Amino acid sequence: MKVSTPTRLTLRVVALGYLVVLLLVPVVLILWRTFEPGVGAFLDSVRTPAAISALNLSLLIVAIVVPLNVVFGVGTALALVRGRFRGRGVLQAVVDLPFAVSPIVVGVALIMLWGVGGWFGFVERSGFKVIFGLPGMVIATLFVTLPFVVREVEPVLHEIGTEQEQAAATLGASSWQTFWRITLPAIRWGLTYGVVLTVARALGEFGAVIMVSSGFPGVSQTLTLLVHSRYLDDHNTYGAYAAATLLMGLAVVTLLLMTVLDRKRSTR
Amino acid sequence: MITVSGARKSYGDFTALDDVSLEIPPGSLTALLGPSGSGKSTLLRAIAGLETLDSGRVAIAGVDVTGLPPQKRGIGFVFQHYAAFKHMTVRDNVAFGLTIRRRPKAQVRAKVDELLEIVGLEGFQHRYPSQLSGGQRQRMALARALAVDPEVLLLDEPFGALDAKVRADLRRWLRRLHDEVHVTTVLVTHDQEEALDVADRIAVLNKGGIEQVGNPVDLYDRPANDFVMSFLGSVARLGGLLVRPHDIELSRDRAAAVAADRSVPGSPGVIDAVVERVVRLGFEVRVELRAHTGERFAAQLTRAEADALALRPGDEVHARARQTQDVLEVDPALAI
Repeated sequence: MKVSTPTRLTLRVVALGYLVVLLLVPVVLILWRTFEPGVGAFLDSVRTPAAISALNLSLLIVAIVVPLNVVFGVGTALALVRGRFRGRGVLQAVVDLPFAVSPIVVGVALIMLWGVGGWFGFVERSGFKVIFGLPGMVIATLFVTLPFVVREVEPVLHEIGTEQEQAAATLGASSWQTFWRITLPAIRWGLTYGVVLTVARALGEFGAVIMVSSGFPGVSQTLTLLVHSRYLDDHNTYGAYAAATLLMGLAVVTLLLMTVLDRKRSTR
Repeated sequence: MITVSGARKSYGDFTALDDVSLEIPPGSLTALLGPSGSGKSTLLRAIAGLETLDSGRVAIAGVDVTGLPPQKRGIGFVFQHYAAFKHMTVRDNVAFGLTIRRRPKAQVRAKVDELLEIVGLEGFQHRYPSQLSGGQRQRMALARALAVDPEVLLLDEPFGALDAKVRADLRRWLRRLHDEVHVTTVLVTHDQEEALDVADRIAVLNKGGIEQVGNPVDLYDRPANDFVMSFLGSVARLGGLLVRPHDIELSRDRAAAVAADRSVPGSPGVIDAVVERVVRLGFEVRVELRAHTGERFAAQLTRAEADALALRPGDEVHARARQTQDVLEVDPALAI
């Protein structure tokens, strides 16, 4: 299709303007506000005990959630692609559920399930804190990040098929050896991509986590919760900007990592 | 030696193998030949253990392997689409079976080097499969299968994904390799030319059963039935009989044709026909004809014969069969 020059230019301006106003302006604004008083102020603000604790908690949740998602994600993807069982269609739909359900609903559901009066309330009553503790936040994050590894690994498994695995079997490899030496290396890029998405989502999760966290600064606040409480409860606007910048920094590192890996994948 | 007895396999309503029994002698290169859906691949995969039989038994070198997984059958398997391990170099691909068996490194290295030389891939050790051509990949897959010193080598349409020229080169190469290595080899193919070219024995399969087993010459000259005859080489239907196109003689002189035809037992007689088209295919000439009964058939002539007759479309000729095939109507199970 041939488009006249003025039309083309207008379209470009509209598209770029849309992106700038929607994505770039807010991010730049926060960066500007953060570094306006100088880098020292930023460092001071993210080195308070509450901020360090929040960073640690966020990273701890990521460190627990990623391995669990890798193991169960790969297992689920294998079952979905290779399995021939009843209810495969149902499983397919269930995996996508976290995309459809609002995180805040997840939080409420978790309280109803694990809270003192819930079905699994006996755990809470026996003294093991799930809701308003780390386990609750981990479960909430697991829920919202569950689809990423599955959905990234699944198409790769489809693409590689089963011939390489059959060849390994005829060459004497046990199913365990075949998985480690053939299947896992073949899906490693899809898996990496899934992990990166999981990390980004786990760091940024807010709605589900705020419902199941007690929200004490320095104890049970993740970075997102810290931004929220500094801004709304403490009226510490600058502190909120600084924490947000830290959060963005982590996200940007993850994103860069993903881009580098993606480039590496396409050159191979 | 491989012995298959009473093999049955069905997928839902489709019967892939219907009571198949076959014996493959040690050191032979046997082709399983048949159209798609004839059960030839299923039979091969059942020998490998990649497919479980509904009933029947498989024995390799005198050992009943029916209940054993592929890992324990002492086989080498080559897939149509290479099944190369894409994330490994050529060296690691070929070494895979030996690494799995935890052989000493020096021994693995020596064996891999030897195999790469046999398959003509020396100098390609550090390449990845994606950097090889289709033919090279398949030779790598062969080296990989041979590395574990298999009792039998099983090839599932190994040249099916390659273009015609490479395919012809590779199958001659496989024949030479087999003469050197002497491992009992079974090759699945739907290409009769390939089977005639490389195999010393051919089993023709159709609809889940074996039609005939024998050496290529016997199968071509004494096919057990019309299916084997029409599947191995081309055929023409002359006066209701199946005849090889190169056994059809054309003549402009009807009386001479009738006289010559008297000495051919069971001949369909002399058929009057009109030339529709003359196609020159290098050293041979295919003449497409229409009998006065309306039946169309093709005769295959040498260039000299065609030149002597100087045929043109529309010419009247008289066709007769130089010889007829004595189709052996024997029980295929007894033909083993």
